[in-house]
Amino acid sequence: MTVPVHLRHDETFVLNLGPQHPATHGVLRVKLTMDGEYIVKAEPVLGYIHRMHEKLAEGGTFAQFMPNTARMDYLHALAFNHGWALVVEKAAGIEVPERAEYIRVITVELNRIASHLLWWAAFLLDLGGFSPLLYAFDDREQIIDLLERVTGSRLTYCYMRFGGVYNDIDQEFITGTRAIIKRLRERLPRLYHDLVTHNIILIKRIKDIGFITAEQCRRYGATGPVARGSGISYDIRKNEPYSVYPEFDFDVPVFGEGDSMARYMVRMHEIEQSMRIIEQALDKLPGGPVMGKAPKVLKPEAGYYYVAVETARGSLGYRLVSNGDKSPYKLKLRSPTFSNLSLFGEVAEGMLLADALAFMGSLDLVIPEIDR
Amino acid sequence: MGLVERTQAALAGLFPEPASPAAPQTEEGCQGAASREAGVLVTDQARHGSHLDVLCRLDQVVEVARVLDREGYFLESISGVDWLDKGQFEVIYDYNRLDGEHCRVMVRTLTDRSDPAVPTIFGVFPAADWHERETFDFYGIHFQGHPNLTRILLPEDADFHPLRKDYMP
Repeated sequence: MTVPVHLRHDETFVLNLGPQHPATHGVLRVKLTMDGEYIVKAEPVLGYIHRMHEKLAEGGTFAQFMPNTARMDYLHALAFNHGWALVVEKAAGIEVPERAEYIRVITVELNRIASHLLWWAAFLLDLGGFSPLLYAFDDREQIIDLLERVTGSRLTYCYMRFGGVYNDIDQEFITGTRAIIKRLRERLPRLYHDLVTHNIILIKRIKDIGFITAEQCRRYGATGPVARGSGISYDIRKNEPYSVYPEFDFDVPVFGEGDSMARYMVRMHEIEQSMRIIEQALDKLPGGPVMGKAPKVLKPEAGYYYVAVETARGSLGYRLVSNGDKSPYKLKLRSPTFSNLSLFGEVAEGMLLADALAFMGSLDLVIPEIDR
Repeated sequence: MGLVERTQAALAGLFPEPASPAAPQTEEGCQGAASREAGVLVTDQARHGSHLDVLCRLDQVVEVARVLDREGYFLESISGVDWLDKGQFEVIYDYNRLDGEHCRVMVRTLTDRSDPAVPTIFGVFPAADWHERETFDFYGIHFQGHPNLTRILLPEDADFHPLRKDYMP
Protein backbone atom coordinates (compact mmCIF):
# COMPACT_ATOMS: atom_id res chain seq x y z
CA MET A 1 0.00 0.00 0.00
CA THR A 2 1.37 3.41 -0.82
CA VAL A 3 2.21 5.67 2.07
CA PRO A 4 0.22 8.89 2.10
CA VAL A 5 2.93 10.96 3.72
CA HIS A 6 6.49 11.66 2.80
CA LEU A 7 8.92 9.84 5.06
CA ARG A 8 11.66 11.96 6.44
CA HIS A 9 14.63 9.84 7.26
CA ASP A 10 16.43 12.55 9.19
CA GLU A 11 14.01 12.70 12.12
CA THR A 12 13.49 9.12 13.12
CA PHE A 13 13.52 7.38 16.46
CA VAL A 14 13.94 3.77 17.52
CA LEU A 15 11.06 1.91 19.11
CA ASN A 16 11.44 -1.52 20.64
CA LEU A 17 8.43 -3.73 20.17
CA GLY A 18 8.89 -6.56 22.63
CA PRO A 19 10.45 -8.86 23.66
CA GLN A 20 7.65 -8.63 26.22
CA HIS A 21 4.69 -7.41 24.26
CA PRO A 22 1.23 -8.96 24.11
CA ALA A 23 0.97 -8.55 20.34
CA THR A 24 4.07 -10.60 19.61
CA HIS A 25 2.59 -13.68 21.34
CA GLY A 26 5.83 -14.67 22.93
CA VAL A 27 9.27 -13.28 23.20
CA LEU A 28 9.79 -11.72 19.80
CA ARG A 29 11.45 -8.35 19.63
CA VAL A 30 11.16 -6.03 16.65
CA LYS A 31 13.48 -3.08 16.46
CA LEU A 32 11.51 -0.39 14.70
CA THR A 33 12.87 2.81 13.26
CA MET A 34 9.93 5.16 13.28
CA ASP A 35 9.02 8.37 11.61
CA GLY A 36 6.08 9.46 13.67
CA GLU A 37 3.54 6.65 13.40
CA TYR A 38 5.14 5.26 10.26
CA ILE A 39 7.72 2.51 10.16
CA VAL A 40 10.90 3.35 8.29
CA LYS A 41 12.68 0.11 9.10
CA ALA A 42 11.60 -3.01 10.96
CA GLU A 43 14.17 -5.51 12.11
CA PRO A 44 13.00 -8.62 13.99
CA VAL A 45 15.42 -9.73 16.69
CA LEU A 46 15.17 -13.45 17.37
CA GLY A 47 16.49 -15.95 19.83
CA TYR A 48 14.88 -15.02 23.14
CA ILE A 49 13.47 -18.52 23.56
CA HIS A 50 16.19 -20.42 21.73
CA ARG A 51 16.80 -23.87 23.26
CA MET A 52 19.13 -25.51 20.72
CA HIS A 53 16.92 -28.46 19.88
CA GLU A 54 19.29 -29.41 17.05
CA LYS A 55 22.13 -30.04 19.48
CA LEU A 56 19.80 -31.93 21.80
CA ALA A 57 18.89 -34.17 18.86
CA GLU A 58 22.54 -35.06 18.28
CA GLY A 59 22.96 -36.01 21.93
CA GLY A 60 20.19 -38.59 22.18
CA THR A 61 18.66 -41.43 20.24
CA PHE A 62 16.08 -40.93 17.51
CA ALA A 63 13.23 -41.86 19.84
CA GLN A 64 14.45 -39.55 22.56
CA PHE A 65 13.95 -36.57 20.31
CA MET A 66 10.22 -37.18 19.84
CA PRO A 67 9.13 -35.14 22.91
CA ASN A 68 11.28 -32.22 21.73
CA THR A 69 9.38 -31.98 18.46
CA ALA A 70 6.22 -30.99 20.35
CA ARG A 71 7.98 -28.15 22.10
CA MET A 72 8.61 -26.07 19.04
CA ASP A 73 5.25 -25.32 17.48
CA TYR A 74 3.17 -25.94 20.57
CA LEU A 75 -0.02 -25.13 18.66
CA HIS A 76 0.39 -27.77 15.98
CA ALA A 77 2.65 -30.14 17.83
CA LEU A 78 1.22 -33.28 16.24
CA ALA A 79 2.39 -32.20 12.80
CA PHE A 80 5.90 -31.87 14.20
CA ASN A 81 5.52 -35.34 15.72
CA HIS A 82 4.34 -36.62 12.38
CA GLY A 83 7.22 -35.14 10.41
CA TRP A 84 9.81 -36.58 12.78
CA ALA A 85 8.18 -40.01 12.66
CA LEU A 86 8.05 -39.87 8.85
CA VAL A 87 11.68 -38.88 8.36
CA VAL A 88 13.00 -41.55 10.72
CA GLU A 89 10.71 -44.16 9.19
CA LYS A 90 11.96 -43.14 5.76
CA ALA A 91 15.60 -43.37 6.84
CA ALA A 92 15.23 -46.63 8.74
CA GLY A 93 12.75 -48.24 6.34
CA ILE A 94 10.01 -48.83 8.89
CA GLU A 95 6.55 -49.82 7.70
CA VAL A 96 3.51 -48.21 9.28
CA PRO A 97 0.14 -49.99 9.46
CA GLU A 98 -2.62 -48.27 7.54
CA ARG A 99 -4.80 -47.74 10.57
CA ALA A 100 -1.97 -45.90 12.31
CA GLU A 101 -1.56 -43.52 9.37
CA TYR A 102 -5.29 -42.82 9.39
CA ILE A 103 -5.20 -42.07 13.10
CA ARG A 104 -2.19 -39.82 12.57
CA VAL A 105 -4.05 -37.85 9.93
CA ILE A 106 -7.19 -37.55 12.08
CA THR A 107 -5.28 -36.28 15.09
CA VAL A 108 -3.04 -33.97 13.04
CA GLU A 109 -6.06 -32.41 11.37
CA LEU A 110 -7.90 -32.00 14.66
CA ASN A 111 -4.80 -30.30 15.97
CA ARG A 112 -4.72 -28.06 12.89
CA ILE A 113 -8.28 -26.91 13.59
CA ALA A 114 -7.36 -26.21 17.21
CA SER A 115 -4.35 -24.24 16.02
CA HIS A 116 -6.37 -22.15 13.59
CA LEU A 117 -8.99 -21.49 16.26
CA LEU A 118 -6.36 -20.26 18.67
CA TRP A 119 -4.80 -18.10 15.97
CA TRP A 120 -8.21 -16.66 15.23
CA ALA A 121 -8.85 -15.90 18.88
CA ALA A 122 -5.45 -14.31 19.45
CA PHE A 123 -5.58 -12.34 16.21
CA LEU A 124 -8.92 -10.83 17.12
CA LEU A 125 -7.62 -10.11 20.59
CA ASP A 126 -4.73 -8.18 19.02
CA LEU A 127 -7.24 -6.12 17.11
CA GLY A 128 -9.19 -5.37 20.26
CA GLY A 129 -12.03 -7.88 20.10
CA PHE A 130 -12.30 -9.94 23.25
CA SER A 131 -15.46 -12.03 22.86
CA PRO A 132 -14.25 -14.03 19.82
CA LEU A 133 -11.62 -15.52 22.09
CA LEU A 134 -14.34 -16.93 24.34
CA TYR A 135 -16.10 -18.61 21.42
CA ALA A 136 -12.93 -20.01 19.93
CA PHE A 137 -11.59 -21.32 23.21
CA ASP A 138 -14.90 -22.99 23.93
CA ASP A 139 -14.57 -24.98 20.69
CA ARG A 140 -10.86 -25.50 20.98
CA GLU A 141 -11.21 -26.82 24.50
CA GLN A 142 -13.41 -29.65 23.22
CA ILE A 143 -10.85 -30.60 20.60
CA ILE A 144 -8.08 -30.53 23.19
CA ASP A 145 -10.17 -32.76 25.47
CA LEU A 146 -10.57 -35.27 22.65
CA LEU A 147 -6.86 -35.23 21.88
CA GLU A 148 -6.00 -35.57 25.55
CA ARG A 149 -8.18 -38.66 25.70
CA VAL A 150 -6.19 -40.43 23.00
CA THR A 151 -2.70 -38.90 23.26
CA GLY A 152 -2.48 -38.34 27.00
CA SER A 153 -1.51 -34.68 26.81
CA ARG A 154 -3.19 -31.43 25.94
CA LEU A 155 -0.57 -29.39 24.17
CA THR A 156 2.89 -30.92 23.95
CA TYR A 157 2.02 -34.25 22.44
CA CYS A 158 4.35 -37.19 22.18
CA TYR A 159 1.85 -39.42 20.47
CA MET A 160 3.58 -40.81 17.40
CA ARG A 161 6.03 -43.66 17.46
CA PHE A 162 8.33 -44.94 14.75
CA GLY A 163 6.03 -47.49 13.16
CA GLY A 164 2.71 -46.13 14.33
CA VAL A 165 1.04 -44.42 17.24
CA TYR A 166 1.14 -45.50 20.85
CA ASN A 167 -2.56 -45.53 21.57
CA ASP A 168 -5.53 -46.65 19.53
CA ILE A 169 -8.62 -44.47 19.25
CA ASP A 170 -11.88 -45.73 20.71
CA GLN A 171 -15.55 -45.34 19.90
CA GLU A 172 -15.94 -42.45 22.29
CA PHE A 173 -13.23 -40.54 20.46
CA ILE A 174 -14.90 -41.18 17.12
CA THR A 175 -18.30 -40.09 18.43
CA GLY A 176 -16.77 -37.04 20.05
CA THR A 177 -14.92 -36.07 16.87
CA ARG A 178 -18.08 -36.31 14.79
CA ALA A 179 -19.90 -34.24 17.39
CA ILE A 180 -17.30 -31.48 17.36
CA ILE A 181 -17.40 -31.33 13.56
CA LYS A 182 -21.18 -31.02 13.63
CA ARG A 183 -20.92 -28.34 16.30
CA LEU A 184 -18.26 -26.37 14.40
CA ARG A 185 -20.28 -26.50 11.19
CA GLU A 186 -23.18 -24.92 13.06
CA ARG A 187 -21.10 -22.33 14.85
CA LEU A 188 -18.67 -21.29 12.10
CA PRO A 189 -21.17 -19.39 9.92
CA ARG A 190 -23.18 -18.01 12.80
CA LEU A 191 -20.59 -17.05 15.38
CA TYR A 192 -17.37 -16.82 13.45
CA HIS A 193 -18.39 -15.38 10.12
CA ASP A 194 -21.54 -13.38 10.91
CA LEU A 195 -20.07 -11.89 14.04
CA VAL A 196 -16.48 -11.38 12.98
CA THR A 197 -15.60 -12.02 9.32
CA HIS A 198 -18.30 -9.74 7.95
CA ASN A 199 -17.74 -7.20 10.68
CA ILE A 200 -16.87 -3.80 9.26
CA ILE A 201 -14.41 -3.06 12.09
CA LEU A 202 -12.38 -6.15 11.22
CA ILE A 203 -12.56 -5.49 7.49
CA LYS A 204 -11.29 -1.93 7.99
CA ARG A 205 -8.35 -3.22 9.98
CA ILE A 206 -7.16 -6.04 7.73
CA LYS A 207 -8.47 -5.55 4.20
CA ASP A 208 -5.99 -4.01 1.74
CA ILE A 209 -3.31 -3.97 4.42
CA GLY A 210 -0.07 -5.93 4.55
CA PHE A 211 0.27 -6.91 0.92
CA ILE A 212 2.60 -9.80 0.15
CA THR A 213 3.20 -10.69 -3.47
CA ALA A 214 3.67 -14.20 -4.77
CA GLU A 215 7.19 -13.26 -5.84
CA GLN A 216 8.01 -12.08 -2.32
CA CYS A 217 6.86 -15.44 -1.00
CA ARG A 218 9.22 -17.17 -3.39
CA ARG A 219 12.20 -14.95 -2.65
CA TYR A 220 11.76 -15.32 1.11
CA GLY A 221 10.56 -18.92 1.11
CA ALA A 222 7.20 -18.17 2.69
CA THR A 223 4.80 -21.12 2.72
CA GLY A 224 1.51 -22.16 4.24
CA PRO A 225 -1.44 -19.77 4.57
CA VAL A 226 0.91 -16.83 3.91
CA ALA A 227 1.73 -18.15 0.44
CA ARG A 228 -1.83 -19.35 -0.17
CA GLY A 229 -3.11 -15.88 0.70
CA SER A 230 -0.88 -14.54 -2.09
CA GLY A 231 -2.38 -16.72 -4.77
CA ILE A 232 0.12 -19.58 -4.55
CA SER A 233 -1.59 -22.95 -4.56
CA TYR A 234 1.03 -24.81 -2.59
CA ASP A 235 0.14 -27.31 0.10
CA ILE A 236 2.48 -30.22 0.75
CA ARG A 237 -0.50 -32.47 1.48
CA LYS A 238 -1.44 -32.00 -2.18
CA ASN A 239 1.82 -31.16 -3.95
CA GLU A 240 4.04 -33.72 -2.31
CA PRO A 241 1.55 -36.11 -0.76
CA TYR A 242 2.72 -37.98 2.31
CA SER A 243 1.01 -40.34 4.71
CA VAL A 244 -2.50 -41.24 3.47
CA TYR A 245 -3.50 -37.76 2.29
CA PRO A 246 -3.88 -38.84 -1.37
CA GLU A 247 -6.85 -40.95 -0.32
CA PHE A 248 -8.91 -37.98 0.76
CA ASP A 249 -10.84 -35.51 -1.27
CA PHE A 250 -10.14 -31.97 -0.09
CA ASP A 251 -9.44 -28.56 -1.55
CA VAL A 252 -6.57 -26.17 -0.99
CA PRO A 253 -8.09 -22.76 -0.25
CA VAL A 254 -6.25 -20.06 -2.19
CA PHE A 255 -6.91 -16.34 -2.10
CA GLY A 256 -5.07 -14.10 -4.49
CA GLU A 257 -5.36 -10.68 -2.86
CA GLY A 258 -2.20 -11.01 -0.76
CA ASP A 259 -3.49 -8.84 2.09
CA SER A 260 -4.15 -9.73 5.70
CA MET A 261 -7.77 -10.51 4.88
CA ALA A 262 -6.70 -13.11 2.34
CA ARG A 263 -4.59 -14.93 4.93
CA TYR A 264 -7.51 -14.73 7.33
CA MET A 265 -9.83 -16.30 4.78
CA VAL A 266 -7.37 -19.06 3.91
CA ARG A 267 -7.23 -20.22 7.53
CA MET A 268 -10.98 -20.03 8.01
CA HIS A 269 -11.53 -22.16 4.92
CA GLU A 270 -8.85 -24.61 5.99
CA ILE A 271 -10.86 -25.42 9.09
CA GLU A 272 -13.64 -26.71 6.83
CA GLN A 273 -11.17 -28.68 4.68
CA SER A 274 -9.63 -30.29 7.74
CA MET A 275 -13.09 -31.33 8.89
CA ARG A 276 -13.70 -32.92 5.49
CA ILE A 277 -10.47 -34.90 5.79
CA ILE A 278 -11.34 -36.08 9.30
CA GLU A 279 -14.83 -37.17 8.26
CA GLN A 280 -13.51 -39.20 5.33
CA ALA A 281 -10.79 -40.71 7.48
CA LEU A 282 -13.34 -41.76 10.09
CA ASP A 283 -15.59 -43.25 7.39
CA LYS A 284 -12.77 -45.24 5.82
CA LEU A 285 -10.90 -46.06 9.03
CA PRO A 286 -9.41 -49.52 8.51
CA GLY A 287 -8.98 -52.07 11.27
CA GLY A 288 -5.77 -53.71 12.35
CA PRO A 289 -2.87 -52.81 14.61
CA VAL A 290 -1.68 -49.29 15.31
CA MET A 291 1.97 -50.25 15.72
CA GLY A 292 4.17 -51.86 13.13
CA LYS A 293 7.43 -53.67 13.69
CA ALA A 294 10.27 -51.33 14.56
CA PRO A 295 13.68 -52.30 15.87
CA LYS A 296 14.49 -51.35 19.46
CA VAL A 297 17.75 -49.69 18.47
CA LEU A 298 17.48 -47.60 15.33
CA LYS A 299 20.53 -47.20 13.14
CA PRO A 300 19.40 -45.71 9.84
CA GLU A 301 21.65 -46.18 6.85
CA ALA A 302 24.14 -43.35 6.37
CA GLY A 303 22.88 -40.69 4.01
CA TYR A 304 20.83 -37.57 3.54
CA TYR A 305 17.10 -37.54 4.18
CA TYR A 306 14.49 -34.84 3.88
CA VAL A 307 10.82 -34.91 4.78
CA ALA A 308 8.43 -32.00 4.62
CA VAL A 309 4.98 -31.85 6.16
CA GLU A 310 2.31 -29.19 6.08
CA THR A 311 1.77 -27.64 9.49
CA ALA A 312 -0.83 -25.01 10.29
CA ARG A 313 1.82 -22.40 9.54
CA GLY A 314 3.43 -23.84 6.45
CA SER A 315 6.11 -26.19 5.29
CA LEU A 316 8.07 -27.89 8.04
CA GLY A 317 11.20 -29.66 6.89
CA TYR A 318 13.38 -32.17 8.67
CA ARG A 319 16.82 -32.38 7.08
CA LEU A 320 18.43 -35.45 8.58
CA VAL A 321 22.01 -36.52 7.99
CA SER A 322 22.75 -39.96 9.32
CA ASN A 323 26.14 -41.59 9.62
CA GLY A 324 24.67 -44.96 10.55
CA ASP A 325 24.89 -44.33 14.26
CA LYS A 326 22.11 -44.60 16.81
CA SER A 327 21.68 -40.86 17.14
CA PRO A 328 21.21 -38.29 14.35
CA TYR A 329 24.54 -36.99 13.04
CA LYS A 330 22.85 -33.79 12.03
CA LEU A 331 19.28 -32.62 12.22
CA LYS A 332 18.18 -29.34 10.76
CA LEU A 333 14.69 -28.09 11.50
CA ARG A 334 13.28 -25.94 8.77
CA SER A 335 10.46 -24.22 10.59
CA PRO A 336 7.81 -22.42 8.55
CA THR A 337 7.42 -19.19 10.55
CA PHE A 338 11.16 -18.53 10.52
CA SER A 339 10.91 -18.01 6.77
CA ASN A 340 7.47 -16.40 6.92
CA LEU A 341 8.68 -13.80 9.41
CA SER A 342 11.78 -12.98 7.38
CA LEU A 343 9.70 -10.96 4.92
CA PHE A 344 8.22 -8.85 7.73
CA GLY A 345 10.90 -6.17 7.46
CA GLU A 346 10.34 -5.64 3.75
CA VAL A 347 6.55 -5.56 3.95
CA ALA A 348 6.28 -3.46 7.12
CA GLU A 349 8.35 -0.66 5.65
CA GLY A 350 6.22 2.46 5.32
CA MET A 351 3.32 0.95 7.28
CA LEU A 352 1.51 2.52 10.18
CA LEU A 353 2.56 0.91 13.46
CA ALA A 354 -1.00 -0.15 14.23
CA ASP A 355 -1.32 -1.75 10.78
CA ALA A 356 1.99 -3.51 11.20
CA LEU A 357 0.71 -5.16 14.37
CA ALA A 358 -2.40 -6.35 12.55
CA PHE A 359 -0.16 -7.57 9.74
CA MET A 360 2.09 -9.40 12.18
CA GLY A 361 -0.94 -11.14 13.66
CA SER A 362 -1.99 -12.30 10.20
CA LEU A 363 1.35 -14.12 9.83
CA ASP A 364 0.39 -16.45 12.71
CA LEU A 365 3.71 -16.43 14.52
CA VAL A 366 4.67 -19.08 17.03
CA ILE A 367 7.90 -17.88 18.59
CA PRO A 368 9.29 -21.14 20.04
CA GLU A 369 9.11 -22.56 16.55
CA ILE A 370 11.10 -19.66 15.10
CA ASP A 371 13.73 -19.79 17.81
CA ARG A 372 13.81 -23.57 18.22
CA MET B 1 11.06 -33.20 -20.79
CA GLY B 2 10.13 -33.43 -17.13
CA LEU B 3 10.99 -30.85 -14.57
CA VAL B 4 13.77 -32.92 -13.01
CA GLU B 5 15.48 -33.35 -16.39
CA ARG B 6 14.97 -29.70 -17.23
CA THR B 7 16.63 -28.60 -14.00
CA GLN B 8 19.39 -31.10 -14.53
CA ALA B 9 19.98 -29.71 -18.00
CA ALA B 10 19.99 -26.14 -16.69
CA LEU B 11 22.63 -27.04 -14.14
CA ALA B 12 24.67 -29.18 -16.51
CA GLY B 13 26.38 -26.13 -18.00
CA LEU B 14 28.15 -25.53 -14.70
CA PHE B 15 29.60 -29.01 -14.59
CA PRO B 16 31.29 -29.85 -17.89
CA GLU B 17 32.53 -33.25 -16.71
CA PRO B 18 29.77 -35.81 -16.21
CA ALA B 19 29.25 -36.69 -12.58
CA SER B 20 30.59 -40.06 -11.55
CA PRO B 21 27.85 -42.64 -11.64
CA ALA B 22 28.70 -44.00 -8.19
CA ALA B 23 25.76 -43.95 -5.81
CA PRO B 24 25.95 -40.65 -3.92
CA GLN B 25 24.15 -41.79 -0.82
CA THR B 26 26.68 -44.35 0.30
CA GLU B 27 28.85 -43.99 3.34
CA GLU B 28 31.66 -42.45 1.28
CA GLY B 29 29.26 -40.19 -0.53
CA CYS B 30 28.02 -38.65 2.64
CA GLN B 31 31.39 -38.28 4.29
CA GLY B 32 32.94 -35.86 1.88
CA ALA B 33 33.69 -34.91 -1.64
CA ALA B 34 36.74 -37.13 -2.03
CA SER B 35 34.73 -40.01 -3.41
CA ARG B 36 32.76 -37.90 -5.82
CA GLU B 37 33.31 -35.26 -8.44
CA ALA B 38 31.29 -32.07 -8.39
CA GLY B 39 28.16 -32.55 -10.42
CA VAL B 40 24.46 -33.30 -10.51
CA LEU B 41 23.03 -36.66 -9.57
CA VAL B 42 19.47 -37.88 -9.73
CA THR B 43 18.44 -39.41 -6.42
CA ASP B 44 15.48 -41.49 -5.39
CA GLN B 45 12.99 -39.01 -4.00
CA ALA B 46 10.94 -41.69 -2.27
CA ARG B 47 14.00 -42.88 -0.39
CA HIS B 48 15.86 -39.64 0.35
CA GLY B 49 13.39 -36.82 -0.11
CA SER B 50 15.18 -34.89 -2.85
CA HIS B 51 15.15 -35.40 -6.61
CA LEU B 52 18.56 -33.96 -7.38
CA ASP B 53 21.75 -33.98 -5.38
CA VAL B 54 24.12 -31.27 -6.56
CA LEU B 55 27.64 -31.24 -5.20
CA CYS B 56 29.36 -28.02 -6.18
CA ARG B 57 32.64 -26.23 -5.59
CA LEU B 58 32.66 -23.13 -3.39
CA ASP B 59 32.95 -20.79 -6.35
CA GLN B 60 29.86 -22.35 -7.95
CA VAL B 61 27.45 -21.82 -5.05
CA VAL B 62 26.22 -18.43 -6.26
CA GLU B 63 25.98 -19.54 -9.88
CA VAL B 64 23.93 -22.61 -8.89
CA ALA B 65 21.62 -20.33 -6.89
CA ARG B 66 21.24 -18.03 -9.92
CA VAL B 67 20.35 -20.93 -12.20
CA LEU B 68 17.78 -22.25 -9.73
CA ASP B 69 16.36 -18.75 -9.24
CA ARG B 70 15.91 -18.46 -13.02
CA GLU B 71 14.19 -21.84 -13.05
CA GLY B 72 11.69 -20.63 -10.44
CA TYR B 73 12.95 -22.35 -7.31
CA PHE B 74 12.93 -20.93 -3.81
CA LEU B 75 15.40 -21.44 -1.00
CA GLU B 76 13.85 -23.55 1.71
CA SER B 77 16.68 -23.88 4.18
CA ILE B 78 20.42 -23.88 4.71
CA SER B 79 22.02 -26.40 7.04
CA GLY B 80 25.59 -26.91 8.12
CA VAL B 81 27.18 -30.29 8.82
CA ASP B 82 30.41 -30.71 10.74
CA TRP B 83 32.52 -33.56 9.31
CA LEU B 84 35.08 -33.45 12.10
CA ASP B 85 37.05 -36.50 10.95
CA LYS B 86 37.51 -35.08 7.47
CA GLY B 87 38.30 -31.57 8.67
CA GLN B 88 35.47 -30.14 6.61
CA PHE B 89 32.22 -28.30 7.01
CA GLU B 90 29.44 -29.05 4.61
CA VAL B 91 26.72 -26.57 3.76
CA ILE B 92 23.44 -27.95 2.43
CA TYR B 93 21.03 -25.72 0.54
CA ASP B 94 17.53 -27.08 0.08
CA TYR B 95 15.63 -25.73 -2.88
CA ASN B 96 12.02 -26.39 -3.65
CA ARG B 97 9.23 -24.99 -5.82
CA LEU B 98 5.97 -23.26 -5.01
CA ASP B 99 4.25 -23.90 -8.32
CA GLY B 100 2.41 -27.14 -8.93
CA GLU B 101 5.38 -29.05 -10.35
CA HIS B 102 7.45 -30.85 -7.82
CA CYS B 103 11.22 -31.11 -7.66
CA ARG B 104 13.44 -30.79 -4.64
CA VAL B 105 17.08 -29.95 -5.19
CA MET B 106 19.71 -30.47 -2.53
CA VAL B 107 22.87 -28.45 -3.20
CA ARG B 108 25.95 -29.27 -1.15
CA THR B 109 29.32 -27.68 -0.87
CA LEU B 110 32.34 -28.32 1.32
CA THR B 111 34.65 -25.88 3.01
CA ASP B 112 37.82 -26.28 5.01
CA ARG B 113 37.15 -26.60 8.72
CA SER B 114 40.11 -24.47 9.80
CA ASP B 115 39.00 -21.44 7.82
CA PRO B 116 35.38 -22.00 6.83
CA ALA B 117 34.16 -19.53 4.25
CA VAL B 118 31.35 -19.80 1.70
CA PRO B 119 30.15 -17.05 -0.66
CA THR B 120 26.77 -15.64 0.28
CA ILE B 121 23.71 -16.14 -1.92
CA PHE B 122 21.93 -13.24 -0.24
CA GLY B 123 22.09 -11.33 -3.52
CA VAL B 124 20.05 -14.04 -5.23
CA PHE B 125 17.62 -15.05 -2.47
CA PRO B 126 16.89 -12.62 0.40
CA ALA B 127 15.71 -15.73 2.29
CA ALA B 128 19.38 -16.62 2.66
CA ASP B 129 19.88 -13.68 5.02
CA TRP B 130 18.56 -15.39 8.14
CA HIS B 131 19.49 -18.91 7.14
CA GLU B 132 23.12 -17.93 6.60
CA ARG B 133 23.19 -16.00 9.84
CA GLU B 134 21.89 -19.08 11.63
CA THR B 135 24.53 -21.31 10.05
CA PHE B 136 27.19 -18.77 11.01
CA ASP B 137 25.78 -18.68 14.52
CA PHE B 138 25.88 -22.44 15.00
CA TYR B 139 29.00 -23.38 13.02
CA GLY B 140 31.08 -20.23 12.61
CA ILE B 141 31.00 -20.57 8.84
CA HIS B 142 31.65 -17.18 7.26
CA PHE B 143 29.38 -16.26 4.40
CA GLN B 144 31.52 -13.86 2.43
CA GLY B 145 29.68 -10.79 1.24
CA HIS B 146 26.75 -11.13 3.65
CA PRO B 147 25.71 -7.58 4.64
CA ASN B 148 24.98 -8.34 8.27
CA LEU B 149 26.57 -11.60 9.37
CA THR B 150 25.74 -11.40 13.07
CA ARG B 151 24.35 -13.88 15.56
CA ILE B 152 20.68 -14.53 15.16
CA LEU B 153 19.51 -17.10 17.71
CA LEU B 154 22.33 -17.09 20.26
CA PRO B 155 23.14 -14.05 22.41
CA GLU B 156 25.12 -11.40 20.60
CA ASP B 157 28.07 -11.76 22.99
CA ALA B 158 28.35 -15.55 22.63
CA ASP B 159 31.88 -16.67 21.76
CA PHE B 160 31.17 -20.26 20.73
CA HIS B 161 29.57 -22.21 17.90
CA PRO B 162 27.53 -24.95 19.56
CA LEU B 163 26.87 -27.29 16.65
CA ARG B 164 30.55 -27.92 16.03
CA LYS B 165 31.21 -31.51 17.00
CA ASP B 166 34.17 -30.53 19.18
CA TYR B 167 32.17 -27.97 21.14
CA MET B 168 31.94 -28.83 24.81
CA PRO B 169 29.55 -26.74 26.90
